[in-house]
Amino acid sequence: MAQVFNGGIHPRYFRELTRDKPLREAKLPGEVVIPLSQHIGAPAEPVVKPGDMVKVGTLIGRSSKFISASVHSSLSGRVTAVESRPHPVLGNALAVVIEGDGKDEHELFSSQDPENVSPEEVKKLILQAGIVGLGGAAFPAHVKLTLPEGKKVDTFILNGAECEPYLTGDYRIMVERTDDVVGGLKIIKRILKAEKAYVGIEEDKAEAVKSMSEALKNEKSIEVIPLKVKYPQGGEKQLIKTILNREVPGGSLPLDVGCMVSNVGTALSVYEAVSFGKPLYRRVVTVTGAIVKNPVNLLARIGTRIGDLIEECGGLSENAGKVITGGPMMGLAQYSLDVPVIKGTTGILCLGEKEISFHEELPCIRCARCVDVCPMGLLPTEMRKKVKAGHWEELKDYSLSDCLECGCCQYVCPAYIPLVHLFKLGKSELQRIRQS
Amino acid sequence: MKEGFIITASPHIRSGVDVGSMMRAVIYALIPVVAVSIYLFRIKAVILIAVCIVTALLTEVIFQKIRHKKITLSDGSALVTGLLFALILPPGIPLGTAALGAVIAIALGKQIFGGLGYNIFNPALVGRAFLMASFPVLLTTWVKPFSLDAVTKATPLGLMKFQGAATPLLNLFLGQTAGSLGETSAVAILLGGAFLIWKGYIDWRIPAGYTFTVFLLGEFIHLINPVKFPSPFFQVLAGGLLLGAFFMATDPVTTPVTIKGRWIFGIGSGVLLIGIRIWGGLPEGVMYSILLMNMTVPLINRYTRPKPFGTRRGR
Ligand code: SF4
Ligand code: SF4
Repeated sequence: MAQVFNGGIHPRYFRELTRDKPLREAKLPGEVVIPLSQHIGAPAEPVVKPGDMVKVGTLIGRSSKFISASVHSSLSGRVTAVESRPHPVLGNALAVVIEGDGKDEHELFSSQDPENVSPEEVKKLILQAGIVGLGGAAFPAHVKLTLPEGKKVDTFILNGAECEPYLTGDYRIMVERTDDVVGGLKIIKRILKAEKAYVGIEEDKAEAVKSMSEALKNEKSIEVIPLKVKYPQGGEKQLIKTILNREVPGGSLPLDVGCMVSNVGTALSVYEAVSFGKPLYRRVVTVTGAIVKNPVNLLARIGTRIGDLIEECGGLSENAGKVITGGPMMGLAQYSLDVPVIKGTTGILCLGEKEISFHEELPCIRCARCVDVCPMGLLPTEMRKKVKAGHWEELKDYSLSDCLECGCCQYVCPAYIPLVHLFKLGKSELQRIRQS
Repeated sequence: MKEGFIITASPHIRSGVDVGSMMRAVIYALIPVVAVSIYLFRIKAVILIAVCIVTALLTEVIFQKIRHKKITLSDGSALVTGLLFALILPPGIPLGTAALGAVIAIALGKQIFGGLGYNIFNPALVGRAFLMASFPVLLTTWVKPFSLDAVTKATPLGLMKFQGAATPLLNLFLGQTAGSLGETSAVAILLGGAFLIWKGYIDWRIPAGYTFTVFLLGEFIHLINPVKFPSPFFQVLAGGLLLGAFFMATDPVTTPVTIKGRWIFGIGSGVLLIGIRIWGGLPEGVMYSILLMNMTVPLINRYTRPKPFGTRRGR
């Protein structure tokens, strides 16, 4: 049944570091730094000021525009500052700093019966809970689930592929929180009025395939699809291709081919918001890497310093050369351990100095290895040439905007060319040209 | 915990394959070919290979020194060029001539264009084409295998073209025939080629397109005139086709980057080769067929751009 997509790579996955260890609640941090912008779209507007007392779940940032998301406190205690702080994606950004009082008191909103709640009510709850896509992109969920006039979704796909090496958070969620994930899946399927739903899981995650299939065995319109292991199987377009054999055209959304994809963690948050009235104040973070003493998946409060989570995993056995939020293929290298966990932080990966090799860039030898692995069917070596030469006009013919920045091309490039970096540059340059 | 981490854009992991390891793989793949050539042509082979490699390396260093560029011997590409160049020479060629060819291969074939990655033509073939133009007799004087003196012997293709005599296919397959140093044994070449394909360092489409085209067209002309044209097996096995198909037409730098382009390159080389063998004055044709196709690579790349994901099957 499941097809394969073209291109892609088979990196070493290192999942064994964390795969078989149960989710663990992280220690309550003494202080959290919660950025008001953790999502795609406008930052939330702060609604608290220094001195205010908050509980877990208290709204601290209100979603201001349609494309935005609200932000909640993840600690009970006192607001000590609303100021610019280090941010894992933006460098520095406005954040609410909360000092904990150790009581961990919660302020939840009223829960609903997940089987009967109306679609309008669900969307309201999702907006209220500040849910964003938890796979990393952090696109506000209420926006995504609000279909534009005239669009129909016939198929919903739950993305359990988790194709980034090292990461196992979604896997643990599917194994340990199966029923809640299925609950979220059903809610989303129902409000989208989708006839069919699929759960895509890479076949090496056998236990997740098993438990999800078991939980769904009486559902005729929901099917678990084991997928071939290949990066980036979890890319939306690749997932839709493999499961439905539909191709989302460049510049279009899955919606345009009648489907929608959400990540496992997102489905869990939707379920928690609806049936427990919980806003999104914590998430699963895979703290991992060969140099981390006790790598594990932690349930961490949003705003926890990443350095604290590393400490909680026993610290490092040797100096880290690189600390990355997210996975090794698309994650971001961090300057400092002071950045907080945000809604999109899927993992914290520490690579030892020996594990990262820095090489001088060599001339492109036109070997086309990059071409063979590009899952979008692009010509990375040609795009590289055009970006380097600044031939922006010609670049338009090479569909640079379709590039996922998945990193496959650079992963295989024998000449150490920073292709993804060049493509990011090229994209922003093209955007600048378009705007002026 | 110390800070001051390394910051680079994603991805943060790599496949571990680099230019050096790819070049080393080509050298390993050539071990069977080199072994057969030494078995057949003994000390002559050893010396010829050594001279070509040393000259190629020296030329690379001198060129880079003069142009104040970084010395890049460690990428192994000059070594590969030197070795391949030796393998396409007649075993009995005077060493000075061979060295001159190696200089040309690196200097005109590669460095003049700006070094590795920028050259249009396969450097080893440029070297040979130069010698062929300057010293046609030396380049077509062949020695008998297993002989230490210069007993001249015609190549199987030459025997066929000029005397109408066929060489047994088994000999061609194993390699006990006259010919260039490394082209005589099909088995040895296939072994190395299979290794490179298995490693994913060369694309099977080019050698496949090339040899099948030669085979099919060979069959066609054989059916038309079996007396003049030998069987297609002979066309494929005799001469430098296999060495060229697996080791020269697959040179990354000088072949297309698109998948469709690689088919075109392989098939185009095959058509040219048969054309040269029918109408050209020479019994061979591998060298010119590849060099001619090298010229078309930018054009091929331009017109075979793949359709990106999402434009193939809409809905
Ligand atoms: S993989 Fe690297 S060296 Fe090879 S063609 Fe692509 S950019 Fe050039
Ligand atoms: S980063 Fe872009 S160009 Fe490179 S393989 Fe991924 S989609 Fe293709």
